[in-house]
Amino acid sequence: MLEVTNLGAWYGRAQILNGVSLNIQENEVVALMGRNGAGKSTTMKSVMGLVRHTAGTVHYDERSILGGTPHAICRAGIGYVPEERRIFGDLTVEENLEVGRRPPRPGAPEWTLEHLFELFPNLDERRKNLGKQLSGGEQQMLTIARTLMGNPKLVLLDEPSEGIAPVIVEQMARVIAELKREGLSVLISEQNLHFARLVSDRAYIIEKGEMRFEGSFADLDENPEISNSYLAV
Amino acid sequence: MGFYFAQLLTGLANASSLFLIASGLSIIFGVTRIVNFAHGSFYMIGAYLAYTLVSIWSGSIIGFWGSVILAAMIVGLIGLVIELTILRRIYHAPELFQLVATFGVVLIFQDATLAIWGAEDLLGPRAPGLDRAVRIMGEPIPEYDLALIAIGPVVLLAIWLLFHKTRWGVLVRAATQDREMVGALGVNQAWLFSAAFVLGSFLAGLGGALQIPREAVSLQMDLSIIGEAFVVVVIGGMGSVSGAFVAAVLISVLNAFAILIFPQISIVLPFIVMAIVLIFRPHGLFGKPGSEKGAPEEPERPLALMDQKSAMVLFAALGVLALSPFFTADFTTVLMVDVMVATLFAVSLHFMMGVGGMVSFGHAAYFGVGAYAAAMAVKFLGFGMLPAMIFGPICAAMAALFFGWFCVRLSGVYLAMLTLAAAQILWGVTFQWQEFTGGDDGILGVWPAKWASSDKVFFYIAFVLCVGGIWMLRRAAFSPFGYVLRGIRDSQTRAEAIGVDTRFHQWMGFVLAGGFAGLAGVVFAFSKGSVFPDSLGIAQSIDGLIMVLVGGIHALAGPILGAGAFVLIEDWVTRLDYWRFIFGAIILVVVLLAPDGIAGGIQRLLRMLKGERA
Repeated sequence: MLEVTNLGAWYGRAQILNGVSLNIQENEVVALMGRNGAGKSTTMKSVMGLVRHTAGTVHYDERSILGGTPHAICRAGIGYVPEERRIFGDLTVEENLEVGRRPPRPGAPEWTLEHLFELFPNLDERRKNLGKQLSGGEQQMLTIARTLMGNPKLVLLDEPSEGIAPVIVEQMARVIAELKREGLSVLISEQNLHFARLVSDRAYIIEKGEMRFEGSFADLDENPEISNSYLAV
Repeated sequence: MGFYFAQLLTGLANASSLFLIASGLSIIFGVTRIVNFAHGSFYMIGAYLAYTLVSIWSGSIIGFWGSVILAAMIVGLIGLVIELTILRRIYHAPELFQLVATFGVVLIFQDATLAIWGAEDLLGPRAPGLDRAVRIMGEPIPEYDLALIAIGPVVLLAIWLLFHKTRWGVLVRAATQDREMVGALGVNQAWLFSAAFVLGSFLAGLGGALQIPREAVSLQMDLSIIGEAFVVVVIGGMGSVSGAFVAAVLISVLNAFAILIFPQISIVLPFIVMAIVLIFRPHGLFGKPGSEKGAPEEPERPLALMDQKSAMVLFAALGVLALSPFFTADFTTVLMVDVMVATLFAVSLHFMMGVGGMVSFGHAAYFGVGAYAAAMAVKFLGFGMLPAMIFGPICAAMAALFFGWFCVRLSGVYLAMLTLAAAQILWGVTFQWQEFTGGDDGILGVWPAKWASSDKVFFYIAFVLCVGGIWMLRRAAFSPFGYVLRGIRDSQTRAEAIGVDTRFHQWMGFVLAGGFAGLAGVVFAFSKGSVFPDSLGIAQSIDGLIMVLVGGIHALAGPILGAGAFVLIEDWVTRLDYWRFIFGAIILVVVLLAPDGIAGGIQRLLRMLKGERA
């Protein structure tokens, strides 16, 4: 459903992505792995229309979306969960969710407040709290819930396990499994091989803005030198 | 006792109108990050429209309030048109570029209003049903003042409900914090911006319309209110509506009492209050850290040293300029002095903004201090021309040393506003202190020494001082000091992390820019033979901003091109009727055609030509 071909991206004069290609099929969870600064976030931002200077092609449901505005891409059915979370600190939890709300979309699961609060019970208790009063893990949950309010078909999940407590990471893995069960497709960027293997069907590895590996986790296990050279710190 | 209570009520009534305007300004800034100078024009147009509508439907209570609301709605519509046709096209331009566009709008509205309603002040009718005074504690209080006192909180409540109980309001509040994220969640920002602009314009129009029973409608309403409205927004915190309310009440009530003790203070009081508040709360009373920042910008390209070809063009141009007194008419020689003065002024402002990363809305302060110091040294201390020319810039640098110490503690729009406050305080003192500065009459008879009194000789003095000053500022931009300043501009935290005393460097940059602005002021004073408070005024500061921003802030040649174009176009256009309209239109055309300024536009054009050849 998402087909990225030969994607290039620049910040000012610095080229960050140099011909990245990847694809995601219906109801598939795909991991995009690589070290800090490898180009994972930039790939997601480029797909989402948040990087102004790009080249190549991005097709979503057979339609070209590269160069579109973020709101049009979101309305086409792609939800984006940024790495920095970017919740609205002065808005309550409910108001944060309201900002993300979009009408139901044919062919995509429909999320209601009640359904989301079942999935994220912590948020239920804090409905009236301001975003900035939440803990890091709660903020991470809120930013995912906020994106799901838009009833997307594909979710771009940027480093969901970064900087949160191990017990929340487990919860996060359950959430991703639930998204797949609901029929969503997910592209998840991740540095942690263990977590990626736990939640995703297959993997890409990116390094210095170029794709270095594409395949299953079994392939990756057969060639340990790949993960050693591109993932080990 | 009753008298003081009456004074308090007057203050509160004034606060209501001020709050309406300031809240609109704050909402527009919060969502779109545009510093909207045209907001005062919306206020003025609201008053004129209400005046006309009330004259048509005179007499009835419904007619009066219907006119007020309708006038505000028309102003909202005008705001929508401006947002759609002008501002929407330049949201991606460098920060503050929109400010220049809104100033073009100010000029156009000034002449449009003059053409429609004429130059006479218009006195509106009293509000039907509220045209008497009631006695409170023995003092007569106009009923209309009491109505205004009620309207302020009612509007505040209405805005609060709108922002907290409607989806649109929640989106506006979210966009005030992170508009890019709101876009990534599927909200069309363009539509949100338009709506915020309409609401803000409506509130300004309402503020103006409500003033007609209280004061005469005049062409000076726009710029007289805008300074105060900015002050209120900054004291309250950019983007905070309740902050604007508290600040409007604070300023108006303080003012109502301060004029009892010291009548002259009303001109500068708001600015003094703002300076004090910002020193203790750098983001205003209710502002959030980060609320001063504009749109996320692409990292700036490093400044490049000139290549050989451009250097040759520059030297050729300088050579032509140096020889120009021999083959042009005398008035051209005088005009060229104006161009050089404006260029030095613009380059010094660019040094502060483009190199130092400190936006100034009050750079005229140092231009004016330089001019006044030289003039007063000649008048009162018996200085000759040359000692006065040295004395002026030193005084300007001292003033910059004093005000800069406060300013560099802030950043972004707050810093800009504090520079404006400094300039307004100096302007107010100059304007009021009749015995010392001559007040409105200025200081006359500041002529060059006898040997320098011919236009040609003075041209060369100006040439040496201005071109030399520009050259020195350019050297400074490429010196280690300039590298540090640019490093701080690009990332203050990283500069601090490598051990740079960022405040000290910015402070010294501020002083250097101020000193050279003072030099421009000195040359200006001797070329005109007189100085007036206008040299320190908002208009002079804005002229500098237009030169720098229209010229192109990302290039060293920008302010030179901007100042040259500005002075020559102004010289030509001011001879025409309705020149403000024409000048405003020219500014808008440049802004729309070259959102990266003249310098950026030329660079783009050259690249395009090269690309076509290749």
